[in-house]
Amino acid sequence: MGLLTHNMLSSNIRGVVNGFPLRIEAVKVVEKNVEMNTDFLKNMFEKIDWKAFVEASISMGYTELPKEADSSLLDSDDFLNRFHHALLELHLEEGALVCPETRRRFPVSKGIPHMLLHEDEV
Amino acid sequence: MGSRPEAVAPPEIFYDDDTARKYTSNSRNIQIQTSMTERALELLNLPKDGVPKLLLDIGCGSGLSGEVITESGHHWVGLDIAPSMLDIALDREVEGDLLLGDMGQGLGLRFGMFDGAIGISTIQWLCNADKSFHNPHLRLKAFFTSLYKCLTNGARAVFQVYPENDDQRELLSSPAMKAGFSGGIVVDYKDSPKKRKEYLFLVCGQEVPLPLPEGRTEDNDDSGSETNKTVHVLDRRRPWKIQKNNKSEKGREWIKRKKEQMRRRGDDVPPDTKYTGRKRKNHF
Ligand SMILES: C[S@@+](CC[C@H](N)C(=O)[O-])C[C@H]1O[C@@H](n2cnc3c(N)ncnc32)[C@H](O)[C@@H]1O
Repeated sequence: MGLLTHNMLSSNIRGVVNGFPLRIEAVKVVEKNVEMNTDFLKNMFEKIDWKAFVEASISMGYTELPKEADSSLLDSDDFLNRFHHALLELHLEEGALVCPETRRRFPVSKGIPHMLLHEDEV
Repeated sequence: MGSRPEAVAPPEIFYDDDTARKYTSNSRNIQIQTSMTERALELLNLPKDGVPKLLLDIGCGSGLSGEVITESGHHWVGLDIAPSMLDIALDREVEGDLLLGDMGQGLGLRFGMFDGAIGISTIQWLCNADKSFHNPHLRLKAFFTSLYKCLTNGARAVFQVYPENDDQRELLSSPAMKAGFSGGIVVDYKDSPKKRKEYLFLVCGQEVPLPLPEGRTEDNDDSGSETNKTVHVLDRRRPWKIQKNNKSEKGREWIKRKKEQMRRRGDDVPPDTKYTGRKRKNHF
């Protein structure tokens, strides 16, 4: 799972009011090569919750993102490279995602988050 | 393939390692899933601006549908309930991010994130109650409500389905309409028992429902263009009723509306009288 997906995911356990962002427990992080597309990054910048994104990247061991960002940064190649790398190339291979309200752990194995809920969580 | 897989066992059991492998290596199956995905993408009608979009692949399985999305240049996130299918997707090194989850539990996805969604041969599984505590109505409702939420305004969702009968069409589409979508079922090759395919076509947040795209026939094989010809049109208030096509019946109201339009354009139009739009006798 990459951080783009992480930024869209929230815990939908019954009764949870704010299930976003899921906290990342990283056991193993891998890097993949993804071709960069500036227009895609610009569109995604609008949708991303930046604070959650920076926190997620830090929990994956990547600390090169600015704490705050506005769209003027999108003119900087250096920024775009980092944004691209963190958004699409860093992948959580083993670990867990933790619901911020209930602390329920969703295990991540072979890169796949297991989001199935138990009967009493639906 | 004989009997319907969803009648045999729950999906995560039906698609075991063996079935998942066979499913993904059968060349005829690959070809069918691929061409249905291509058609679904065409119906999504994404802006052709060369910018990759972010799509959801519901019931992504081993990635046959996702690979078509990748080939068309878009990013995708796939959700499936069967671990064996996802394992094969990993073996095949698909580009999309994969999630193990049950669409019937609702999607835990944030508001307004995705530019479109597809689901190929998958949502009819929701019509079954695989567990004692499953209620198909509630599961479909949870699914469509959460799907509606995570799509951007104006985005479309297209589901290729194999409904058993009209009851099942209604079961699938009415919760979609209640969730706020407009749309209907597009039928391709409706006269060919072998080639016939159905797509639940949904549009998010459109006040005036779009005309439904034309179904393919043997004669218009390559036209994916949107025309006014409707197959089945649904709208929110009247779920699953085939809407009457009033266009051919140009009655008094229609004429008055047209005349009003022409007046607004500044055209010289005769006044409305009791003769306006009156039925004419057949004179010889
Ligand atoms: C016929 S396969 C289609 C796979 C893929 N879309 C393709 O075109 O090859 C149907 C898939 O739907 C999945 N599925 C069935 N019920 C589901 C559910 N409740 N949630 C998520 N996936 C489900 C099955 O596990 C299976 O992988």
